Amino acid sequence: MLLHRRQILAATAASLLLPQVSFAKAATERRLVFVIQRGAADGLATLAPTGDPGYASLRGDLAEDLLGLPKLSGMFALHPALKQINAMYGARQALFVNAVGLPYRDRSHFDAQNVLETGGALPYDRPDGWMNRLLGLLPAGERGLAISATIPTALRGPVQVSSFAPSALPDASADLLQRVGSMYADDAQLHPLWEEAMQTRAMAGDLVGSNAKGALAAGKLIGSLMKGAEGARVVMVETTGWDTHAGQRARLNNQLEGLDAMLGALQADLGPVWADTLVVVATEFGRTAAVNGTGGTDHGTASLAMLLGGTVAGGRIVSDWPGLGQSQLYEGRDLKPTMGLDAAIGTAVAEHFGLDPAMALPQLFPGSKDPRISGLIRG
Amino acid sequence: MDQAAIALNRFGLGGLGDQDPPSEPRRWLESQFAAYQPAPAIIASQTGSARLIEMLREARDDRRERKDEARAAGTDPKPKDDNLPGPYRPLREVYIQAAGARITAALTSPAPFLERLVHFWSNHFAISIDKVSALGLAGAYEFEAIRPHLLGRFGDMLNAVERHPGMLLYLDQAESIGPESPLGTRAAQRGKQRGLNENLAREILELHTLGVRTGYNQQDVTEFARALTGWTLGGIAKQPALRGPGPKFWFAAVIHQPGTRTIMGKRYAQSGEAQAQAVLDDLAAHPSTAKHIATKLARHFAGDVVPIALVTRLEKTFLSTRGDLPSLYRVLMDAPEVWGGTAKFRSPWDWTLAALRATGIKSLPGKSAAGTLQQLGQPIWKPSSPAGYDDLAESWAGPDALVRRVEVAQRLAQRSGAGIDARKLAGRLFAGALSPSTAAAIQRAESGEQALALLLAAPEMMRR
Repeated sequence: MLLHRRQILAATAASLLLPQVSFAKAATERRLVFVIQRGAADGLATLAPTGDPGYASLRGDLAEDLLGLPKLSGMFALHPALKQINAMYGARQALFVNAVGLPYRDRSHFDAQNVLETGGALPYDRPDGWMNRLLGLLPAGERGLAISATIPTALRGPVQVSSFAPSALPDASADLLQRVGSMYADDAQLHPLWEEAMQTRAMAGDLVGSNAKGALAAGKLIGSLMKGAEGARVVMVETTGWDTHAGQRARLNNQLEGLDAMLGALQADLGPVWADTLVVVATEFGRTAAVNGTGGTDHGTASLAMLLGGTVAGGRIVSDWPGLGQSQLYEGRDLKPTMGLDAAIGTAVAEHFGLDPAMALPQLFPGSKDPRISGLIRG
Repeated sequence: MDQAAIALNRFGLGGLGDQDPPSEPRRWLESQFAAYQPAPAIIASQTGSARLIEMLREARDDRRERKDEARAAGTDPKPKDDNLPGPYRPLREVYIQAAGARITAALTSPAPFLERLVHFWSNHFAISIDKVSALGLAGAYEFEAIRPHLLGRFGDMLNAVERHPGMLLYLDQAESIGPESPLGTRAAQRGKQRGLNENLAREILELHTLGVRTGYNQQDVTEFARALTGWTLGGIAKQPALRGPGPKFWFAAVIHQPGTRTIMGKRYAQSGEAQAQAVLDDLAAHPSTAKHIATKLARHFAGDVVPIALVTRLEKTFLSTRGDLPSLYRVLMDAPEVWGGTAKFRSPWDWTLAALRATGIKSLPGKSAAGTLQQLGQPIWKPSSPAGYDDLAESWAGPDALVRRVEVAQRLAQRSGAGIDARKLAGRLFAGALSPSTAAAIQRAESGEQALALLLAAPEMMRR
């Protein structure tokens, strides 16, 4: 078998730096989708601790949709908009890690998202993202992809990745695209970007220019870009609109409906590939335990992470629940983080790709101070 | 790039296809201070915020009625399509018009350097039509709170911004109520939850003035939110006690949290509107604000890696002139770091303007302006957060983003290709700086139209 030069170089470099990482189990059939909820999604409404004695009074009107729901466990009820995720939970393909937080505690969206995406201990501590470093730990040539026109921080770094999102613009002619490619050939910045774009467009096939809209179409599009030998193995999807300072009930319901529809469509489109897929849904921090004065919630601390997919040891809620009593809240106002969000993501992702978490976690999330959380992925 | 090209592209909005580059670049920039128009005709003719608040109230009433009717008829009150519900369509029209006016002003302005600064400040104090209540007001916000203060003091712009209905609605300030205010107390007695919303207070500190991680804490945010209670809009609320005079900014004493506030160790004993005003005055003069603004300006003009010496000069000028904005602009005009710095990757907005100016287009219908920027990834007045759009190459130089620009370039070339000789235009826009590969691509193009598309997509056009 001929090895490509790039593969040899990557393997050599990696083995020098990480002599104990085993690639043996890094099964190339495995896929990861990271869905970031930008804006601080309210974990206390998504997986509501309705069994906590403090919940109803803290939440007021916001709790009304949730209090009567059947509980997944003695403590937590899943938001009713998450129908398909509920079905995944029933099929043991969904796992919730609750009361998680990052090393960062200062409630700025932009700083916290940076920590979540770079894996650093502090905002803007590192220039590259954990998903890009993950690609560096996988066999060379595995494709990383952002479902957007540009590359979000988590995917930025030395490994070249691609980006794609449906466009309503008329396609440029194939001849023009080819000529632009030649014109960029000597441009160090534009040439690699262009090459990636052309490869990804070829894969997206007839979805290019179809102006796919809405959550269902997004799920289907993501699926189409992940299937097959050439499909992306590491994909990032950005969602926004979670910053519900006012009128949270209706807004969050819409947001969660959209998320649920997208992930349901992704599962359906992936078909058998879903068995090899891990979807991580996470947000930069949670929201205040109490409803604020305008029917919403303000910036908080601990939140919720969801792990979905065929490799998840699901049907469980993993939580060291801190409680919602006044003395139990962080700074008297927020859910207290009792586990590391970065540790949860890092451990799950490592186990999913057959990497040793003890070696991979410090690579992916060097800022993580919390213990690893093993057993999130089926052994 | 030579000096004229830097004046045109890095300071300005790109060369005009039908005009020679300035022969004295520095003087050309200086002349713009007299030429700048806060309200050119196309902008003066847009709907103002007083009328827009009325329209927003009408839209809300209309939506409520439709909901009631639907409920009475037993149908789904919430149509699940992507189109905005009917009640907001008039405001969508206002947005489209204003977006077109913004582009047209940028294409025809005698002061493109200062127009760039309008876009800079509007993005620094960003509001977003992501929130439907800001949909109609987004344009008016820029036209009323940013443009008139472009050549004033930072503090004046800050005051205008934080009182503008667009900002008060976008960051939820209009609804924030002091829990111990007269109205808050009455509500609590009736068992209702009415109270604070911290959104605007936090973003003023983090985004508008001091910058993140500059020493304030959660307690300061909450105290500032209390001081800001009462800053709201008159003429829109349903509740008679909150109706107020309007439609405009209104300080509503009935919802102001009484008492002295302590913010970052300083006590504010003022009563009423003066309390938050005193906080704003201190924030506008704070050294952290000077550093924050200096860094953002330097990044916008001198490159993604900011030169520290330039930041220091801007900072000092900000403090010594008490935030006089033209003094800051002149520091940039005198900075060797800008004239000699590394090129910036153009944002979609910058690239669109440069391409339109190059092809001699003088105005764009609002619908195509809004649609094009949407497709290029930077919809007008629609950043996904109050931090505004990012100002770094990594945020814009993506694989798919490049393809979008080529698609738009093709469409622009189809529209104007026949009349433009791309070879001549390339010489005018880039003079001696045209790369051999771009020149070759244009020479070998199969048609005049394709040659123009290639020029608009060339590496030289992607940077400023």
